Amino acid sequence: MNFLIDNLLSLMMLAPLIGAGFIMFIRHQDKEIEKRNIRSVALFTTVVTFVMSIFLWIGFDSTSADFQFVERYRWVGDISYYVGVDGISMLFVVLTAFLMPIVVLASWESVEKRVKEYMIAFLLLETLMIGVFSALDIFLFYVFFEGGLIPMYLLIGVWGGVNRIYAAFKFFLYTLLGSVLMLVAVFYMYVETGTTDIPMLMNHHFDGDIQNWLWLAFFASFAVKMPMWPVHTWLPDAHVQAPTGGSVILAGVLLKMGGYGFLRFSLPMFPDATEHFAWLVFALSIIAIVYTSLVALVQEDIKKLIAYSSVAHMGFVTIGIFILNANGIEGAIFTMLSHGIVSGALFLCVGVIYDRLHTREISRYGGLAVNMKIYATIFVIFSMASVGLPGTSGFIGEFLVLNGSYAYDSWVAFGAATGVVLGAAYMLYLVRRLVFGELDKDDVKAMPDLSLREKIIFLPLLIVVFWMGIYPNSFLDPIHVSVENLIQTEFSSAAEHAEGVSTSAAAAR
Amino acid sequence: MTGEIPSLIPVMPELILAIGAMVLLMLGVFQGDKSYGQVSNLSILLMAAAAVVLVTQVGGERQVTFGGMFISDSFAVFTKMLVLVGSVVALTMSGGFLKQHNIAKFEFPILITLATLGMMVMISANNMMTLYVGLELQSLSLYVLAAMNRDRTRSTEAGLKYFVLGALSSGMLLYGVSLVYGFAGTVDFDLLASTLKGDEAPAMGVVVGMVFLMAGLAFKVSAVPFHMWTPDVYEGSPTPVTAFFAAAPKVAALALFVRVMIGAFPGMASEWQQVIVFISIASMLVGAFIALVQTNIKRLMAYSSIGHVGYALVGLAAGTEAGIEALLVYVAIYLTMTLGTFGAILCMRRSNGMVEDISDLSGLSQSNLPLAIGIAIFMFSLAGIPLLAGFWGKWYVFLAAVEAGLIPLAIVGVLTSVVGAFYYIRIIKVMFFDDPAPAFEGGQGKSVSFVIGVAALINSPVSYFVLIAPLVTAAGWAAQSLLF
Repeated sequence: MNFLIDNLLSLMMLAPLIGAGFIMFIRHQDKEIEKRNIRSVALFTTVVTFVMSIFLWIGFDSTSADFQFVERYRWVGDISYYVGVDGISMLFVVLTAFLMPIVVLASWESVEKRVKEYMIAFLLLETLMIGVFSALDIFLFYVFFEGGLIPMYLLIGVWGGVNRIYAAFKFFLYTLLGSVLMLVAVFYMYVETGTTDIPMLMNHHFDGDIQNWLWLAFFASFAVKMPMWPVHTWLPDAHVQAPTGGSVILAGVLLKMGGYGFLRFSLPMFPDATEHFAWLVFALSIIAIVYTSLVALVQEDIKKLIAYSSVAHMGFVTIGIFILNANGIEGAIFTMLSHGIVSGALFLCVGVIYDRLHTREISRYGGLAVNMKIYATIFVIFSMASVGLPGTSGFIGEFLVLNGSYAYDSWVAFGAATGVVLGAAYMLYLVRRLVFGELDKDDVKAMPDLSLREKIIFLPLLIVVFWMGIYPNSFLDPIHVSVENLIQTEFSSAAEHAEGVSTSAAAAR
Repeated sequence: MTGEIPSLIPVMPELILAIGAMVLLMLGVFQGDKSYGQVSNLSILLMAAAAVVLVTQVGGERQVTFGGMFISDSFAVFTKMLVLVGSVVALTMSGGFLKQHNIAKFEFPILITLATLGMMVMISANNMMTLYVGLELQSLSLYVLAAMNRDRTRSTEAGLKYFVLGALSSGMLLYGVSLVYGFAGTVDFDLLASTLKGDEAPAMGVVVGMVFLMAGLAFKVSAVPFHMWTPDVYEGSPTPVTAFFAAAPKVAALALFVRVMIGAFPGMASEWQQVIVFISIASMLVGAFIALVQTNIKRLMAYSSIGHVGYALVGLAAGTEAGIEALLVYVAIYLTMTLGTFGAILCMRRSNGMVEDISDLSGLSQSNLPLAIGIAIFMFSLAGIPLLAGFWGKWYVFLAAVEAGLIPLAIVGVLTSVVGAFYYIRIIKVMFFDDPAPAFEGGQGKSVSFVIGVAALINSPVSYFVLIAPLVTAAGWAAQSLLF
């Protein structure tokens, strides 16, 4: 047992690889049986990984800001295999492991060609995603961060929609371009400090001017990954063309890598530059929130609409991160987790009706509330969670971010708040066109309601959305100490400033 | 000069190859064209024997012989091993192709052996004379190899082009050598290094001579602006010959480049560094951008090799021990990628002969998944994407560049690697996303499949756990023997 706990993170990365290796050797004369076996093995593997992630959560000590479940082995030169999680990263690992079984189930029937390669690519991607969130060596981080491009490129390109090749190229090259600049920054940091160890790099103080350049290089990478306006244009294409499972992972996990990167690298390693460039992030985020929300309002394609809404939500996250107070950062992390669940669920909802009618055009649907009652209910719940209705997960994150940004600057809070209003507008408009309205199309009338498999997919997502909305403390507790620690060590002056503002605001009341 | 016999231990591998090649030549002459298989196998044996002797008898200590003209050190051992591996692998892959095209002549393995001998002499050169002798032995063998398929216009054209331009570059190199000799008074690397050290600026003639010398060497490594021959020769030569060109001679020429710059002109680093930076940037740019519009896969690989030489030269531009180590790691990994890729190109055969267009690969993942996965691994590795071996090469060269303060060079390098990634992943797109073209015929023999398999394994993520650490250690061991 001790062995399991001591090597939990490595085992979580290893399990999908073993599953993938196993799938490689599955052969059967009957192709249908072969496919079923492959899917079952993939499901089993991801469930096992998820169970391990629960142990990770249970075993995690919420009162400590240290890295836990640490494993470290010397590798090549100064580089070591060094993994561990703290409050900031732990829940992302759990999120990844949680979404994977759902993705496998969602692809159960919709993916018919090359099932074997599809599942192998997904399992490989799972290993890499867990690796990104748990790597404590910057080289290791970079390998996982960029290595994820390979399976995702293939997933979009092979199993994607009509325009998949354009989308796959755009996804690959955009992200690569962003991350190579980060690579040069990594070299510089390695040369200056002589280590690739992330905790040690956090303690190193880089000179002012250098810090700015390094910050910008990391920003190039994370802003593309996030994605922030104006480098977000790869996202709608990738989302629309990716298969349902790919969209879920893209929205649910891959987008979180940008925000996680800011929290793991930009803030603790370049604190001065972070404060220096905060205005830039706010400007870009507010533009993103307003602009992409307006763009979402006029979309004809359901997936594109949700993709643009993701950009807007991520604008929220970046604001939360860079206001540099506890509420903001915790809200940002919470929003990321919530968005991972909610937007994943929304893409699954799109997948359900896409499997039935094979179109994503909003105008082809309408009146689903009449013939697909359960589906309509679920879709409305997730839409409301996306809007941030109290009681759902979306609310907590938005509230914390708005609260934090108000303490920082009321104009930033104003900009962020417009996103809430516009978000409600485009989501409600989507719901009206899709779920309500006249049921006048014959093929839409013929669509059956959710099957048992689909209900099983949505059930855990629904539970989590309400759990996060009603009792957020189970998620905020592990985050809290690490965030406090980050602010205390790097931004104590800024935190005091914010504290002062909020007390004076309280006094004014 | 005394009448003593110089120590022959450092040159034992070269002697084995030289004497063996002549014996094999006699064998071939007496037995005629039927003897291809026999001569080929014996050549492989010879090179294997040379490798064994190199490691067990010569060893990595610094030894000088023939009045200081010939040097053997750990740098030489490391690069000679790479050259021997490249030559042996290229030779094993050639049989099937040559027989299908009726050019399975016994001269082929002998020429490869002689070229290899030339390369080994180049690597061990400690004197301009040795350098020139080795270089010419290598080049003359390569000219003939390029024109091996003499009934095809493309092949003879490639040979002739290579010869004319190669002769021009040899001329420049010799002119440079003569200038250096005239102004510095010696052609011995050690003496040059000690003469040119010191604070006073070197004579203008030496600088001009060195630049001419570098131009000649840049031609041999196919660095921009002396790269023009590469695409034509790569495309025109028979594919096994191209596979050979892209591997061993590249390694040898880069090693020679390092040997000359670090061994003979260490005191003039500030002079040659800017030239290396220029040709490195130019090579990376040309390699990345011109490859974008190629449709022939051999031409594409030619431009790709130009780009990769640019990356490798980043290590030399750094001019530090870490830079040389990075360069050696880079060429070792590049060797496996390029041999694997050409192995795959050798499999591109349909009933009407070899095909070379990228579009011929379309849908390969559906007709031959293992080959498609192999090529995909090579392409991602060539693009330097993490998880594959190619990333390590990139990591070390750019790290060395940043360490040496050449940050702009590193930035240009990583940006061109993104452009390069575009054409590499385009090949993957053709194989995995497009509709299938007719399947390829098999019949290239087991050795080609074996080479592709091993090279793919070396480039796959497996290497991260098994191969990189020893490779880096070995490269470090090789790099520290050069004088600093």
